[in-house]
Amino acid sequence: MTLELRGITKRFGPLVANDRISLTVNEGEILALLGENGAGKSTLMNVLYGLYQADEGEILLDGAPLKMSGPGDAMAAGIGMVHQHFMLVPVFTVAENVMLGNEATGFAGTLDLDAARQRVREISQRFGFDVDPDALVETLPVGVQQRVEIIKALSRDARVLVFDEPTAVLTPQETDELMEIMRQLRASGTAIVFISHKLREVRAIADRITVIRRGAVVGEASPTATNAELAALMVGRPVELTVHKEPAQPGPEAFVVKDLRVVDDTGHTHLDGISFSIARGEVLGVAGVQGNGQTELTEAIMGLQSHVRGSIRLGEHELVGKSVRKVLDAGVGFVPEDRQVDGLVGGFTIAENLMLNRSHGKPFVSAGTIRNGYLEEFAQTKLVEYDVRASGIQAKASQLSGGNQQKVVVARELSRDLSLLVAAQPTRGVDVGSIEFIHKQVVATRDAGVPVLLVSTELDEIVALSDRIMVLYRGQVVGIVPADTPRETLGLMMAGERPEGTAA
Amino acid sequence: MSTNETEPAPVEEPAKDPQEPGRFDGVLREIVMGNAMVAVLSVLLAVVVGSLMILLTDENVRDTAGYIGARPSDFFSAVSTAITDAYSALFRGAIYNTNVEGFEGRIKPLTETLKFSAPLILAGLGVGLAFRAGLFNIGGRGQMLLAGAAAGWVGVGMDLPLVVHLPLAVVAGALAGALWAGIAGFLKAQSGAHEVIVTIMLNYVGYYLVFYALSKQGLLQAPGSLNPKSEPMPESVILPRLLGDRFNLHLGFVIALVAVGVVWWLLNRSAMGFRFRAVGENPDAARASGIDVGRTYITVMLIAGGLVGLAGVNQILGTATSGVTVDMDAGIGFDAITVALLGRSRPLGILAAGLLFGALKAGGFSMAAAEGIPVEIVLVIQSLIVLFIAAPPLVRAIFRLPKEATA
Repeated sequence: MTLELRGITKRFGPLVANDRISLTVNEGEILALLGENGAGKSTLMNVLYGLYQADEGEILLDGAPLKMSGPGDAMAAGIGMVHQHFMLVPVFTVAENVMLGNEATGFAGTLDLDAARQRVREISQRFGFDVDPDALVETLPVGVQQRVEIIKALSRDARVLVFDEPTAVLTPQETDELMEIMRQLRASGTAIVFISHKLREVRAIADRITVIRRGAVVGEASPTATNAELAALMVGRPVELTVHKEPAQPGPEAFVVKDLRVVDDTGHTHLDGISFSIARGEVLGVAGVQGNGQTELTEAIMGLQSHVRGSIRLGEHELVGKSVRKVLDAGVGFVPEDRQVDGLVGGFTIAENLMLNRSHGKPFVSAGTIRNGYLEEFAQTKLVEYDVRASGIQAKASQLSGGNQQKVVVARELSRDLSLLVAAQPTRGVDVGSIEFIHKQVVATRDAGVPVLLVSTELDEIVALSDRIMVLYRGQVVGIVPADTPRETLGLMMAGERPEGTAA
Repeated sequence: MSTNETEPAPVEEPAKDPQEPGRFDGVLREIVMGNAMVAVLSVLLAVVVGSLMILLTDENVRDTAGYIGARPSDFFSAVSTAITDAYSALFRGAIYNTNVEGFEGRIKPLTETLKFSAPLILAGLGVGLAFRAGLFNIGGRGQMLLAGAAAGWVGVGMDLPLVVHLPLAVVAGALAGALWAGIAGFLKAQSGAHEVIVTIMLNYVGYYLVFYALSKQGLLQAPGSLNPKSEPMPESVILPRLLGDRFNLHLGFVIALVAVGVVWWLLNRSAMGFRFRAVGENPDAARASGIDVGRTYITVMLIAGGLVGLAGVNQILGTATSGVTVDMDAGIGFDAITVALLGRSRPLGILAAGLLFGALKAGGFSMAAAEGIPVEIVLVIQSLIVLFIAAPPLVRAIFRLPKEATA
């Protein structure tokens, strides 16, 4: 069995998202599709899965062209997809989810749940999944939910499985388990397309690597290629992968969090009494799988959370109970985890976004009127200084690429006198070139004597930038460890295991 | 599935529209802020459809259609006569009347248009300003009624010289409108109560409140009267006529023009307007940037209500000075929504839309009088304009505009 994409072109208006892409994947083979965010990987897979119609080109299965007008056709042809964001109904059981869209019905349209249960058990056993067909999906850990997605695809006899950024939501251990599953699938003859932008994972699992940049295939690589080679292919120029930084020169403690609790209206505890401190000139990395209290921590610091108890002290100031504006005025710079929600006003120009949190007076406002001349000059300077690629300062933020949007946010936050920088997911969805730049800015901020709180779900980023690492699990601090702690240990801590010899 | 995945992820991707928190909001935003081309084409389409309706109601056209096979020329000349007559009557009623002697008489329709447009512009600004901050002010009617009642109360209840009395009445009206709308802003800020529901309900509350005041001796009801109506306004609070007594055009139009300028400055140049727009475009980012979203809602509604209130003042102290009634808003509170939509919530757009609707209003009467075309046809055209604006994809499909043409 061979699946071939031949000359696939997909356009969105004037944008060419996929430009004559051809690739082949064979039975019992893992093909990695490597590319930056926005390179066109997901578009290509959506074409393959029938969600988009290609403008040109064709899809061939064993040499015979496939006609696809929707996911139903793709499934019928034996193509399954494990989405980055799971397509599961949380309040349904595993068996119900697996049969959804492909319901076997008996007399008078009654659902044949037993058959579905049987199917789940059978597939679980074959791959050693250990999934209870009657468990509610919402009660399952993320890694298990992903297995349900896989079972769902396999239950429809998928012979080609597409994994779209499957490791984004997993702990390192869960990632390892997923890779083991992928190897088993390969051994059983399934063809796998593995989409990722993580070099380490791609090299670990792929048989062949196809690199996509700007919608076109720019090269093939073997898994023996080095990270640097792959990154260069992906970005189109040599990239500095390691962050160069001098050892930290921590000054006095400047930011102290004591017994911080966040319990929401429904009684759910997001932060369960966490304490830590950051010195001037030090980066504290907060590691953890998404959803373990990181969001609430940054919100609590910024005054965006209304259910905060405990103490957050920045120098002389107590921040708990302060409004966002007071917190900002105290010199806290904030790079929010989702720039499109909290960081930028998409309909505003770059210039307007650069003054977004400084509309209350000098230097941008005098006598209630915006000083357009000053703002333009300022924006022009920052555009150059932060290497924002845009048609000009009047370009709308929504028209920028992810990396350039993030540079605008970073430029705004670092243009003030800071006494603390809170950076949440500063490089999520950002191209490699911009990551490099933003990392340098974070280190420069630290070297200027500012305490930095860095929250990231990318362990690589945490390890590269942090001077100390705090691991959060279910709203609690598992431990605060030095930056040179082995990845395996960090991985275990992210799963909640308190390693020997570390103090909480 | 997050929007990230459904959206195309093209090369150098212009990242997914961040100002669209959801599909619903995105559609509303497009309707409220949509592009100028769609607005103009919507007017055009509405006129075309309106013309068809004029033809359908025209007796000559119907008669000649009966023997269209035998003498098609009769039918077509009837069609062209009906259309030409209708629109020339509209033109004579709204801009320049060629049928009367003397320049003053001929130009009078234009001044009528301006008179009709003043409250539409003022109330349109009030609705449009709220739109820009992400709020739907559907409470124009209640705000106008309260404002008119307050201005009327100052008017008939006090005896002061014009230089004091008139400004006082105007300010009282604007304040009443502001406070009435401010209730909705306050409730939204405090409890998240949806401003659409609250403003609609406040329309009823306002209506019956004013009705009560007008039916109660000692409050607003004219002494000795049984009708729910106040005394006529005294000279000292009546907005001066701009062009002498032969024309009805009064100072209200100047107030409207000034308001356009002020709102333009507010939205485009002031720090406060900057925060309004930030809250309207992305309340999350505004909040994370230290902007007090709740307080912004209150401020916006106060200013918006004040503007709508001025429309009420314009009616009571300028256009209908015979006294406060519960019908004084004359549908302007709702037409203002249309005006704001057509003007794309921008001050200059609202000025243009207000003038157009004022012209339709002035011309509609003469069209009805001269050609026997039901005056409702004007309402139909107005409604169609809104309908087309509310369906930008339809307009684009008809005129084959590309999607990218949006804002």
